[in-house]
Amino acid sequence: MRWAISEVPFVKRLLLGRWLHWSITAVTLAVFVVVILTGIFGTPAGNHNFGIVYVWLVWWALLKIVLIPFLGRFWCSVCPIPAPGEWLQRRAMIQPRPGGRLYTLGRKWPKFLRNIWAQNFGFLAVALFSALILTSPLVTGLVLLAFILVSLVTSLVFERRTFCRYLCPIGGFVGVYSQMAPVAVRIKDPAVCAGHKEKTCYIGSDAGYGCPYFNVPSKMVDNTYCSMCGECLRTCPKDNIAFYVRQPGADLLHTKGRRLDEAFNGLMMLGAAFVYSVVLIGPYGWLKATARAVGTPGWFVYAGVLLIFNAVAVPGLFWLCVRLGQALSRKPAARTGAGGARTPGRRDSLFADYAAILVPLGLAIWVAFTLSFTLINLSYAWPALSDPFGWGWNLFGTAQMAWTPYVSGLIPYLQVPLLLAGLVGAIALALRTARQHGQPAWSAVPVSLFCLAAVVGLLTLYLA
Amino acid sequence: MSRFASRRWVLGAVTLGLVLVALLAPVPLAGPAPQERHISVNARTFEFDPSIVRVNRGDTVLIKLQAEDVVHGLYVDGYDVSTQAEPGRPGELRFVADRAGAFHIRCAVPCGNLHPFMIGKLVVGPNLTWLRAVAASVIAAVGALAALWRP
Repeated sequence: MRWAISEVPFVKRLLLGRWLHWSITAVTLAVFVVVILTGIFGTPAGNHNFGIVYVWLVWWALLKIVLIPFLGRFWCSVCPIPAPGEWLQRRAMIQPRPGGRLYTLGRKWPKFLRNIWAQNFGFLAVALFSALILTSPLVTGLVLLAFILVSLVTSLVFERRTFCRYLCPIGGFVGVYSQMAPVAVRIKDPAVCAGHKEKTCYIGSDAGYGCPYFNVPSKMVDNTYCSMCGECLRTCPKDNIAFYVRQPGADLLHTKGRRLDEAFNGLMMLGAAFVYSVVLIGPYGWLKATARAVGTPGWFVYAGVLLIFNAVAVPGLFWLCVRLGQALSRKPAARTGAGGARTPGRRDSLFADYAAILVPLGLAIWVAFTLSFTLINLSYAWPALSDPFGWGWNLFGTAQMAWTPYVSGLIPYLQVPLLLAGLVGAIALALRTARQHGQPAWSAVPVSLFCLAAVVGLLTLYLA
Repeated sequence: MSRFASRRWVLGAVTLGLVLVALLAPVPLAGPAPQERHISVNARTFEFDPSIVRVNRGDTVLIKLQAEDVVHGLYVDGYDVSTQAEPGRPGELRFVADRAGAFHIRCAVPCGNLHPFMIGKLVVGPNLTWLRAVAASVIAAVGALAALWRP
């Protein structure tokens, strides 16, 4: 069930025009410049520094609580990091070049890296230093500056948004979780696409650029790699692409094209939520200090534990649950293909398909985690707005506003229903996945227990 | 409506009802008699010592906050009470622990880079909030499996 909202004339005009995305990007880029400047030149006190407060509190909360759950990967289309590189690549900021031509060296991204493994390991690398990055304005500023430089160089050497598609550590999980969004850009009629050989949606035309994320819309079955930038809507001469409002999580109902790198992302993000919940919002001061003391022997131990937990223990435990489920079913896995025909499935495809159940659960967990510090610390945003560098300015008269925790008693009452909803969604998907693989419902029980254990573990961290 | 669909709806509704009962039903649980608790908490970058404070519901809690290095504060989530201390000048906080559960205690005065994460815990027993949440999770999981189970 879906509704093509882009068929509403006003919405269509908005999506086909370039001003909406460009205007938002211009604002985010301006904020990003302030973030880098305040990070490098502003006060080292994180909660008085615009960079720290507006990136790791305001933007992070917006991304996790609003943008991903409701708009999928839309943030990527207005993200300031790839914007300068893309404008250079296009030698245009708003209107397209004839034929959607791009000015790059046109190198192809290596085939073995055409996945999100680099993004996964990039995220883990950032996670290792997160206690430092999240609390040091200078490090935040330098890391974001490095992101923008890498993105710029990548844009000049490689095609399209190679950085966003294959390198950005944030883009990996934003893409995976965006499958939960109640919006999507999809084709209307496959027959029309089949009859259109030019594929201007992919190669570009006078009306716009080829898909910056290397998608062929007729083959797109989920939101993972679509930022909803609207280029395909503009370049389709058949008006066969639409912006849909649909059932949340609709992308997760199929098992087509599930991959190990995406599965690993879901597992890694689950592990990271646990680590952050213990280290950052747990009551263990020595652990926070160790996580921030980069380069010390204690930090190396912390880094080792984090890597083993995220990259080995959590995926390993989930793999064992999948194998146990398969053993319980006493049937080899098979995948339901077109027309309901079952084809023998490989063990890794079963693992990857089951890992998709961690998308609703993981998103719920990350929203719950984000809620635990957002409302409490949001009031730091007002002084930082008036005095972004911490130099004693008072631009908007809010510099002296005191820290005021908002609705601190309400947070558990928001976290519990969220986690329960994520758990139920995960179990429903697990049972569906078992059916799609021709396995009895019993085979979904171990992974369901894995999800239950994750939720009980987090509830214990938050509420016990 | 098919038999599976109607079973799904019935079991789903029963599960939702049980989850709500687990989360909201009043539990007549008599705890120990309320008493006055004097608790000394040391604050230093970036931790409280003890990091977890346990009291019983109804207790009058008197926290003496001592700052060991720089100015620190102590704010209790959910109770919305706070105090602050500087080295040599302790702060005091008195309140009645009339809400059961676990509540973060936080530094209320910016004290350095990790200040937003300078967090401890006040656990007011019996911690039914956690038990209710765990029970609701188990019920939700079993209910979801039962409602969506297709032999």
